[in-house]
Amino acid sequence: MALNFKQESFRDDYTYKNSPEAIKRFPFPFPEDQYMYSVNIEPHTKGKPGSVYEFPFDIDEHYVAECHDRAITLAEDAGRYQALPHMMDAQWDFLELAMESLSSDYPEHFTLTKNGSIWTWENKPLGIHDTFTFGDSTTLPREPFDYMGRQVQGDFVLLDQRDETLYADAGMVTCQADWSLAFNVGMSWREWHGPVPKATELGVMDRALKYLMNLQLANPVRRLNWTMTVNPRLDTSPENYPHWGGDRNKVNADNVSELIHLRVELQSLFRLPRSNGIVFSIRCYLMSLKDIATYPRWAKRLHRVQKTMHPDLIEYKGMTKFHPLVVEWLSQFDDGADIGVGTQPE
Amino acid sequence: MNMIDVRVAAIEQVTPLIKHFKFVKEDGSKLPPFSGGSHIVVALDAEGRTYRNPYSLMGSPTETDAYHISVRRQENSRGGSAYMHENISVGMTLKITHPVNLFTLAKMAHKHVLIAGGIGITPFMSQIEDLNRLGAEYELHYAFRSYKQAAFVEELQKACGNKLHCYSDSDGKRLDMDALLSNQPLGTHVYVCGPSPMVVGVLETAKNLGWPDSNVHNEQFLAPPVGESFKVQLAKSNLEVQVPAEMSMLEAIEAAGVQPEYLCRGGVCGRCELSVLESDGGLEHNDHFLTESEKASCKKIMPCVSRTKGKRLVLDL
Repeated sequence: MALNFKQESFRDDYTYKNSPEAIKRFPFPFPEDQYMYSVNIEPHTKGKPGSVYEFPFDIDEHYVAECHDRAITLAEDAGRYQALPHMMDAQWDFLELAMESLSSDYPEHFTLTKNGSIWTWENKPLGIHDTFTFGDSTTLPREPFDYMGRQVQGDFVLLDQRDETLYADAGMVTCQADWSLAFNVGMSWREWHGPVPKATELGVMDRALKYLMNLQLANPVRRLNWTMTVNPRLDTSPENYPHWGGDRNKVNADNVSELIHLRVELQSLFRLPRSNGIVFSIRCYLMSLKDIATYPRWAKRLHRVQKTMHPDLIEYKGMTKFHPLVVEWLSQFDDGADIGVGTQPE
Repeated sequence: MNMIDVRVAAIEQVTPLIKHFKFVKEDGSKLPPFSGGSHIVVALDAEGRTYRNPYSLMGSPTETDAYHISVRRQENSRGGSAYMHENISVGMTLKITHPVNLFTLAKMAHKHVLIAGGIGITPFMSQIEDLNRLGAEYELHYAFRSYKQAAFVEELQKACGNKLHCYSDSDGKRLDMDALLSNQPLGTHVYVCGPSPMVVGVLETAKNLGWPDSNVHNEQFLAPPVGESFKVQLAKSNLEVQVPAEMSMLEAIEAAGVQPEYLCRGGVCGRCELSVLESDGGLEHNDHFLTESEKASCKKIMPCVSRTKGKRLVLDL
């Protein structure tokens, strides 16, 4: 099925909108009325047709606009892309995984033709057509991770596995929830998870690390993470804090449902073959409270989850300023009825 | 677990005790690429039981028209290696796991010193391909009983040239670990795979010379040792399983229809770790995964290679 790619913006005039189909397939992250950190990792297996889990990398109606927004961010700040020299095998692994997935899952938009090590890649939505030699960076316009990372929705971090831990040794990060690749690059697992409240003392991070160190080829895993963002802005980076940090002061009772977006990250991890590294994919979905409330079940659930949120988590996620307004607005939908377990919209 | 179906495309008797097996995909497509030092687990259904044995992949990690493994016929084999030698023939189909790497090259090393003993040469057969491709500085030290019993010396000479150093017992040539490890530039990593005394020798020599632990790597897959028969009770599954003398606890549990997680089946990766609820004798820890204090606490066990000294064990499974 061919996708209709939208022309829209994730900055300045914020023309980003979700179609009814996009709302329905939104990966709503709260199966229960209360939220707490857990090792909520599950196999990244093929989901229902049309769902965000149907394919390893989900491409949707926002694809072209997101790639365009990423290009703007990278042009303004080259530091959003980093790759340490020992990560070149992992770069090619990433390129291969992304090209093979996209071309087999979305054949009307992407094609990959292999003739030995001579590969031809065509990306119709972005108008890209290149022939190159797999393994030879000089035959591509950019190094392989930089080249292909620009053509897939989501942020990507390549992890190197050594000394019994994982290191974030390469990344392309332009749609992050307030963390900096330039700051984190080269850090180990425990270093970059240092600021997460509660999780460390619960032993969650150690267990998750042990699990990921044994991640197997052809058996990717996933989890959902979430926060809230003012405006449908992809680039909520510390580097550009002056462009978005102040927006939190603009939220009021009249505009909260349109300004506040639930930001869900579909995080997936794949073992990479040649490098024995791991690619950590962080695919961001933005949904305004107003759009979420088109499904009353979601509105009720979101109200209960937010109402019972621990203040440390509200602070860590940067929601302190507007959080009471969110709870207040959502309360109008919550009749207290039991809605059972599960993330389904209806 | 995702398994791959392969066909045995060729078998070669490399030395009196070692056979080399070549596997291809049934449909002729390529097998997944891998990283040097990886292994696969081969599943063999034989005489009413399933053997699952780990073998290092040899050959090019990037040109994967076929996978190559070598199997040394073990004396006192429980049957796995003997079965591979006697019952596997060209044209048969087998199931293998995707490659797993528990013996990776350190990508940031300035130099790599590889030390192999006997059949321990196999993981290096893929690592040297990666090292050659990356243009890395390395040397390979290969010790064996005699040239007649040494596998792949000619191939190695071709692939490594003067980076290969051979030591044959029968010629009285010995590898002097102390001399080798005391004279390496900073940033060197050493890797050893071979019989237990050799691995221990390298680890101890490196430690005595002040090598950082993170620069010393070893791989020793253990064949599950035979032992006394015992009973294991699975608390959650509410099942009692008899573990025969020549079967591992993991194999016996699987034969009873329970599928615990596993990866290497050789006491290395830690994936099959189980909690011990009760035990009427000491535990016989044979793995390389648990720390000494974890072993002493008797609360965890790796069922792929470990057993109990008693008659009965209760596991949280």
